[in-house]
Amino acid sequence: MQMLFGRRVKYVKSKTIKVNYLSRVEGEGSLYIKIKENSVTDVKFKIFEPPRFFEAFLRGRSFDEAPDITSRICGICPVAYQMSSVHAMENAFGIKINEQIRALRRLLYCGEWIESHALHVYMLHAPDFLGYDDAIQLAKDYPDIVQQGLQLKKIGNEIVTLLGGREIHPINVRVGGFYKVPAKRQLLELAEKLKKTRDTAFQTVKWVSTFTFPDFEEDYEFVSISHPDEYPFNEGDLISNKGLNISIDKYENLFVEEHVSHSNALHSYLKGHDPYLVGPLARYNLNYDKLSPLAHEAAKIAGLTKGCFNPFKSIIVRSIELVYACDESIRIIENYEMPDKPAVDVHPRAGIGYGCTEAPRGILYHRYNIDDNGMILNAKIVPPTSQNQKRIEKDLWNFVPGHLNLENDKLTWHCEQLVRNYDPCISCATHFLKFEIDRS
Amino acid sequence: MSQKRKPKLAVWKFASCDGCQLSLLDCEDELLAIAGEIEIANFPEASRAVIKGPYDVSLVEGSITTPHDAERIHQVRRSSKFLITIGACATAGGIQALRNFKDVKEFISVVYAVPEYIETLNKSTPISDHVSVDFELRGCPINKLQLVEVLSAFLNARKPNIPPYSVCIECKRRATVCVMVAHGTPCLGPVTQAGCGAICPSYNRGCYGCFGPKETPNTSSLGDHWNKLSVDNDGIIRAFRGFNAYADAFRKESEIREK
Ligand code: SF4
Ligand code: SF4
Repeated sequence: MQMLFGRRVKYVKSKTIKVNYLSRVEGEGSLYIKIKENSVTDVKFKIFEPPRFFEAFLRGRSFDEAPDITSRICGICPVAYQMSSVHAMENAFGIKINEQIRALRRLLYCGEWIESHALHVYMLHAPDFLGYDDAIQLAKDYPDIVQQGLQLKKIGNEIVTLLGGREIHPINVRVGGFYKVPAKRQLLELAEKLKKTRDTAFQTVKWVSTFTFPDFEEDYEFVSISHPDEYPFNEGDLISNKGLNISIDKYENLFVEEHVSHSNALHSYLKGHDPYLVGPLARYNLNYDKLSPLAHEAAKIAGLTKGCFNPFKSIIVRSIELVYACDESIRIIENYEMPDKPAVDVHPRAGIGYGCTEAPRGILYHRYNIDDNGMILNAKIVPPTSQNQKRIEKDLWNFVPGHLNLENDKLTWHCEQLVRNYDPCISCATHFLKFEIDRS
Repeated sequence: MSQKRKPKLAVWKFASCDGCQLSLLDCEDELLAIAGEIEIANFPEASRAVIKGPYDVSLVEGSITTPHDAERIHQVRRSSKFLITIGACATAGGIQALRNFKDVKEFISVVYAVPEYIETLNKSTPISDHVSVDFELRGCPINKLQLVEVLSAFLNARKPNIPPYSVCIECKRRATVCVMVAHGTPCLGPVTQAGCGAICPSYNRGCYGCFGPKETPNTSSLGDHWNKLSVDNDGIIRAFRGFNAYADAFRKESEIREK
């Protein structure tokens, strides 16, 4: 632990913190922080991931291609893209899916949360807290812990593979439902494994809660979906702890995207508000009451209550969501009855469809304008990381001044750790990390 | 025990979704064993440590879409003894190669308010258009078992066992009823390279070609057959213009049908 906290330096004039290629994040980005006379004068979280123009080439494609095409925006959360797109199309066509299909989609999403959160907690974020470069180094000292993380991840992938056909870019999701639905027997086998995994997730919460967390809290505006009865995945209104409460079709009235020169990812902001935060911390704080009793127990053991404003503790929250996702998966499987048909009938018609679901990293918004033949006229996609970009920069502006006494490499380490609190996915945001701290 | 030096592995990313490199981390059961045999020397998605090249083997994900990347791939080639491209982006230009059929300026203005900030090339091209490649692994995404096969073949200095035949053969092997014959579901399986294990037909849907064209595919006769299954010409063009749109055989077929 000592290696994280360097010797104190009495007086710092000015310096630059630069991380040219931010590691253990999905995609390519960098960080630049300029410090002059002991104050921060510039923060740029840059995204140089090359743009891939999804919104442009979706034009002229058929509505039923959207789930497969948009999933290729991100290999870490393809299910999120498939979910937001199918819900948007169903919204445009006035389609209601049945209860069991809805439940299976929720189960598929649980699988993606487990896989993505386990990857982030164990392989990408934990090394920051324990002073390692990566999980493979960590595994040399703590083989059992890393093995445990890999097994958690594997169960998430097994859920996605069973329901989706494969773990990355599943092939079984369609507008209206699925191509094929599993028999209850197949799911029950998974449920048995999930019971063990749920214990592992509970142990994960205990483990990460023993880490040392930098003393840092912010007055965040959290934004997430909210559903009257459930912890949010696929359905609900958009709310915040600062008065936002809208249905998702009003998203573009209030949320605006801005194109800045240092990023190939559009920055998203909420009109008249300070930068907001999406993702596990937001979901947890806004939907705490909807977590399962076991997830509440895990939170209690970790010493977390309803309000958590320390972004470094997002690793605990992500682990609590792991417990929840295992719990919820088991519940869904126990209540499952195989539907007669894998999908409801789909009749495309001209219109606009909106979809917004909770990707592992936060809300993912899709909007499509469709013509009479079901062809896409135009599309808008706003991933979680573009929404968090401004908030990440603001955290850095506020974090660095209190930690200028740290040596450059320690300060850089903490700044990287802070960015990773958001589990940024740059592949998603480009339509986004390199890292520099400048104390000139 | 011999004190042999472990071969050094690097993972490089160009324009892509990260899915193919994630396949390596998705080898949950094999990952620590692989790390025992290979030194993971440069893999930014997994580690902040970077060990300098040259590297014994490089895995390259993604396509070339910017002037900077067109330069960078040459540095990667120079620092790699053995270069393996992974996935449809790296082997065929990926879904982002749909720009190759359109005016890229228009694409930029659809997505970005200030087009001047964006540096991009007119075309998204496979790695082999820029440097020599030692092995191409197909798929969007690649099959992780095939990746393990290619890495172990490399470690043992043998040829990887990656069959070039079609998805149809895999359907027959796993005894999946042909979706096209039995249900009239349009399927790209006959012209698509095997490797996935024929997943889509086993889920009652037609293959959409994510592993790209097989060796000598008869795309025109398959297209004509799709016609009979009442897919219109635009539908057939869209089918060939998917994740491997810029792979030669698929590109040509879509262009012929556009005329
Ligand atoms: S080939 Fe497909 S899965 Fe692989 S990086 Fe490209 S888009 Fe992602
Ligand atoms: S059947 Fe075709 S589209 Fe489906 S996973 Fe295999 S190659 Fe890809």
